[in-house]
Amino acid sequence: MGPKKLKSVSYAKYGYIFSIPFVLAFLIFTAYPIFYTAVIGFTDLKGLGKTDFKFLENPLQNFEAVWKNPSFQKSLENTAIIWICNFIPQILLALLLTAWFTNQRQKLRCQGAFKVLFYMPNIITAATIAILFNSLFGYPLGPVNDLFQMLGIADGPTEFLRDKWTAKGIISFIQFWMWYGQTMIVLIAGVLGINPALFEAAEIDGATSRQVFFHITLPSLRTIMLFTLVTSLIGGMQMFDIPKLFLNGGPDSATLTVSVFIYNQAFSGSYLYNRAAAACMILFVIIAILSGILFYLLRDKDAGKLKKQMRELKKAQKAARRAEA
Amino acid sequence: MRRESTLVGRTVSKTIKYIVCIFLAILSIMPFWIMMMNATRGTYEIQQNSISLLPSTYLISNFKVFEGKAFNPLVGFKNSLIIAGGATVLGIYFSCLTAYALVAYQWRLRQPFFTFIMAVLMIPAQVSGIGFYQFMYRIGWTNSYLPLILPAIAAPAMVFFMRQYLLGALSIDIVNSARIDGANEFYIFNRIVLPIMKPAMATQAIFAFVGSWNNLFMPMILLTDKAKYTMPIMVSLLRGDIYKTEYGAIYLGLTLTVLPLFIVYFALSKYIIAGVALGSMKE
Repeated sequence: MGPKKLKSVSYAKYGYIFSIPFVLAFLIFTAYPIFYTAVIGFTDLKGLGKTDFKFLENPLQNFEAVWKNPSFQKSLENTAIIWICNFIPQILLALLLTAWFTNQRQKLRCQGAFKVLFYMPNIITAATIAILFNSLFGYPLGPVNDLFQMLGIADGPTEFLRDKWTAKGIISFIQFWMWYGQTMIVLIAGVLGINPALFEAAEIDGATSRQVFFHITLPSLRTIMLFTLVTSLIGGMQMFDIPKLFLNGGPDSATLTVSVFIYNQAFSGSYLYNRAAAACMILFVIIAILSGILFYLLRDKDAGKLKKQMRELKKAQKAARRAEA
Repeated sequence: MRRESTLVGRTVSKTIKYIVCIFLAILSIMPFWIMMMNATRGTYEIQQNSISLLPSTYLISNFKVFEGKAFNPLVGFKNSLIIAGGATVLGIYFSCLTAYALVAYQWRLRQPFFTFIMAVLMIPAQVSGIGFYQFMYRIGWTNSYLPLILPAIAAPAMVFFMRQYLLGALSIDIVNSARIDGANEFYIFNRIVLPIMKPAMATQAIFAFVGSWNNLFMPMILLTDKAKYTMPIMVSLLRGDIYKTEYGAIYLGLTLTVLPLFIVYFALSKYIIAGVALGSMKE
């Protein structure tokens, strides 16, 4: 036993050694910049090329200014609206397609090809997609306008991108279009991970496809759906490429998101690094709180379920004992 | 009678499913198809009718519009290739190394370190953007590729994936027998463990590469020298007024920026779809 123990002790140091690059890179390129961003939030740092700063007398001045800034409030509201309008249809369509693609009684052909095509927009540069859609919805000349007139939906050209809600709607649609394929593939993988015995039992009991979906598939997907929700939410809160390049936050700030607000504060002429840093921190706190809530809900329910099961088990044992007696 | 009606019902429901799927497939293809066709069409043609399912003959004259302008797809391609390539290689190698440390060795901070990686898995790059920019500006690293490549060394999500893979694929016996043969730990990792991880490396490489290639926020903040612009920044130039009337050229520019991605995607789509499904198994 002696030598073996010695051996494991001597190898343990490699666990530390091999982790050093990761830890160093994380400290330098993530931890320190976050800390530095937080510090800048309390200072007077602004102006192109400036790096020196002094702390403000009222340390929360930037945070207050950003929080009360109508543009920032607007950007929070826009981010939330765009995210909700993209996520709800996205998860619903992904669930519908998952139900279709995993239906054992009615197998669809060409599933592989459909998956490849549905996922495709996700891999294409978002910057390109933003500008492509800007051209597609062009006024007075543009493919969408031509299509609408060809189908008789509209008589003359429509200036889609002037309307605030249409602009928001198109961005939500782009996000939805880019992500539903990914969500669908993840959900299908989740369904394939469910114990097949459950489906077989349901089949023997004569359950319909609908019953199987709502009573077996959907409850089993809860964890994966919550995970999708969290990742989508965090991704949605940072939405930058599409709103920035589609209409640069316009028309009239209707598509200004938090990330575009941060970028514009710091890099589009005004160089208000301190304000932008404060906005970053506010965004960070919001994301942390939201994902904290979601993870809490997720964990709590599972723990609760386990407790319930244990209770039922005890009850059953008691009943069995009573029956024996 | 009943049997017949359910049969009809089934056929109808199946037809509806196919119609929806085909509609969605067209929705995926159509914008890119119009883009590629218009890339070959002249401005006048596009003005007459901006939807065409067939190509035309103005490809070369559209290309000439870019001459002497800031939009240079070749430069963007080269720069993006360096950055995405570098970030992918570093990210893959060091993620494997970190994952190996988490799986193969018994050390006291192993579990806390893993918990830490899970906790920082989702920190978005945007929240540190201002501090990162100021930090890089101070050390003179703006207009350098290093701040876009080196952070890839710490890729928590990739470490997580590699760890999951390694837990199933690594047999500690192989490692031990190599130790008996006198191999040192670095040699074992590079020559024995890395080859085992090839399938996981391939999947993650695709996503790492595409992610880095498509990144806009950080390069846009850090790179101001036009010769260093990445592909997504090049794309953003197409919004400028110079191209407002050159419809064909805009579509051609967009096409050139995504052509490499299309080639990669359709060549590797099987692995990519499998990778997306695999990445979801975070339990």
